Amino acid sequence: MVQTKPKFEAGVKDYRLTYYTPDYTPKDTDLLACFRMSPQPGVPPEEAGAAVAAESSTGTWTTVWTDNLTDLDRYKGRCYEVEAVPGEDNQYFCFVAYPLDLFEEGSVTNVLTSLVGNVFGFKALRALRLEDIRFPVALIKTFPGPPHGITVERDKLNKYGRPLLGCTIKPKLGLSAKNYGRAVYECLRGGLDFTKDDENINSQPFMRWRDRFLFVQEAIVKSQAETNEIKGHYLNVTAGTCEEMMKRAEFAKEIGTPIIMHDFLTGGFTANTTLSKWCRDNGLLLHIHRAMHAVIDRQRNHGIHFRVLAKCLRLSGGDHLHSGTVVGKLEGERGITMGFVDLMREDYVEEDRSRGIFFTQDYASMGGVMPVASGGIHVWHMPALVEIFGDDSCLQFGGGTLGHPWGNAPGATANRVALEACVQARNEGRSLAREGNDVIREACRWSPELAAACELWKEITFEFEAMDTI
Amino acid sequence: MKTLPKEKRYETLSFLPPLTDQQIAKQIDYMISQGSIPAIEFEENPLPGDHHWTLWKLPLFDARNAQDVLNEVRECRQEYSNCYIRIAGFDNIRQCQTFSFIVYKPNANRF
Repeated sequence: MVQTKPKFEAGVKDYRLTYYTPDYTPKDTDLLACFRMSPQPGVPPEEAGAAVAAESSTGTWTTVWTDNLTDLDRYKGRCYEVEAVPGEDNQYFCFVAYPLDLFEEGSVTNVLTSLVGNVFGFKALRALRLEDIRFPVALIKTFPGPPHGITVERDKLNKYGRPLLGCTIKPKLGLSAKNYGRAVYECLRGGLDFTKDDENINSQPFMRWRDRFLFVQEAIVKSQAETNEIKGHYLNVTAGTCEEMMKRAEFAKEIGTPIIMHDFLTGGFTANTTLSKWCRDNGLLLHIHRAMHAVIDRQRNHGIHFRVLAKCLRLSGGDHLHSGTVVGKLEGERGITMGFVDLMREDYVEEDRSRGIFFTQDYASMGGVMPVASGGIHVWHMPALVEIFGDDSCLQFGGGTLGHPWGNAPGATANRVALEACVQARNEGRSLAREGNDVIREACRWSPELAAACELWKEITFEFEAMDTI
Repeated sequence: MKTLPKEKRYETLSFLPPLTDQQIAKQIDYMISQGSIPAIEFEENPLPGDHHWTLWKLPLFDARNAQDVLNEVRECRQEYSNCYIRIAGFDNIRQCQTFSFIVYKPNANRF
């Protein structure tokens, strides 16, 4: 029997002839992606979906003869489903399946270069947003994931059964290294587990990195000896070159600090993965900041949703990642936030559209990333934070610690007392949603530090009831 | 305005006033309800880096309620009255320790 050889016909072919395959059943080994498309007027959604699949995999705008030297069926992305977004005009969810062989093992950089590369500037689309990715287990297993993960972090720190407490040192720019170290010491001795470099602190003229590292480490050692608890400070090793970043990380290890920090989006995924692997090899925890995320994830119709960035970070590696605080937000946003918090810390997460989770994701025992809730929160928010985030989280009170009328150490104590009062009350079966403010007020009776904080900041009310309706 | 005094702490729940037996019992009940296996650890001069304190007997696999655990704490305290005592919880499904809190500090007026 004679095999039919492929023929070459030059010209522009509709994408949908090759890349729109509604009958296709995705394989377990496929990488799946969900995009929110806004096609240009007149472009049918199936053609737009096929174009997304093509442009993010094997396709080019015109036919080329070298297509005939490969087996496109083996390598092409397939748009297998297009559905209108409820309540939106001319917006569609487009589901694409990519064969495993399109991606290099252990490279988040490679996955993103394919999925969110040229296709985002594609003319037939007015806007495009990557909503979610399902990483197949076969690919997941090629990534080391977080250097330690939540359970190992707890074991290293000897802290169980409660959220961790942190604080970003302010003002974020302009302190000398020695004064900075003092601020760190006062926070840690007052009862915080961690303090944090602000993301823009790298190595400026007013405070060079090495001086900061040494004064901060002295603060850690001193506060640890005095309080008998393990302490840490996220030393930011983000730098202009990978060599410089690694140099700072090596020095952090040399002086015996327990945790360092990196900005994964401005630093880049390749740098992040390198640093994360080094952290696992050298036993340092890795805190991840997310500067620039809002540039990428804020628009509803264009960019990349944060849940995708969070999943990518978990694969690239990091023990902590900022997730937002949720408090004060609308209930819908709360559900969405807790959706990606689950994607950061759970091993298996079921599809749940109401929480923005488009695919069931199995992490195949990869370590979890601890969500960090930071910014604009104070002692009165504590019951809500404990209720919403649970124990496996890091709550960071910057102004809420340093802004205490008596200073950092009493401010830290106020937060720690509020936290432990909430944990105790929750474990005793009390509802933090209903009785949270009472729990805080009761603790004020025996903690003057907390009482002073409660006078300065105002009580808030929570509306938890609505949560169940999401 | 007050200066915060220097004070040693012993992790979770150590920033609260000393827990009464009844309060400790509630924490143990919660731990057991979460599927954790309780255990008792003690140490004379614990340092922050001491991850392991000495185990009192074996983890209390058969403990059904808080009283079973409190009885063991009492016995441990009688034998090692100069030691700090804390309760740990192990989760065999998640394969890790999930709880730890201090229940006895020498020279403190408790139990």
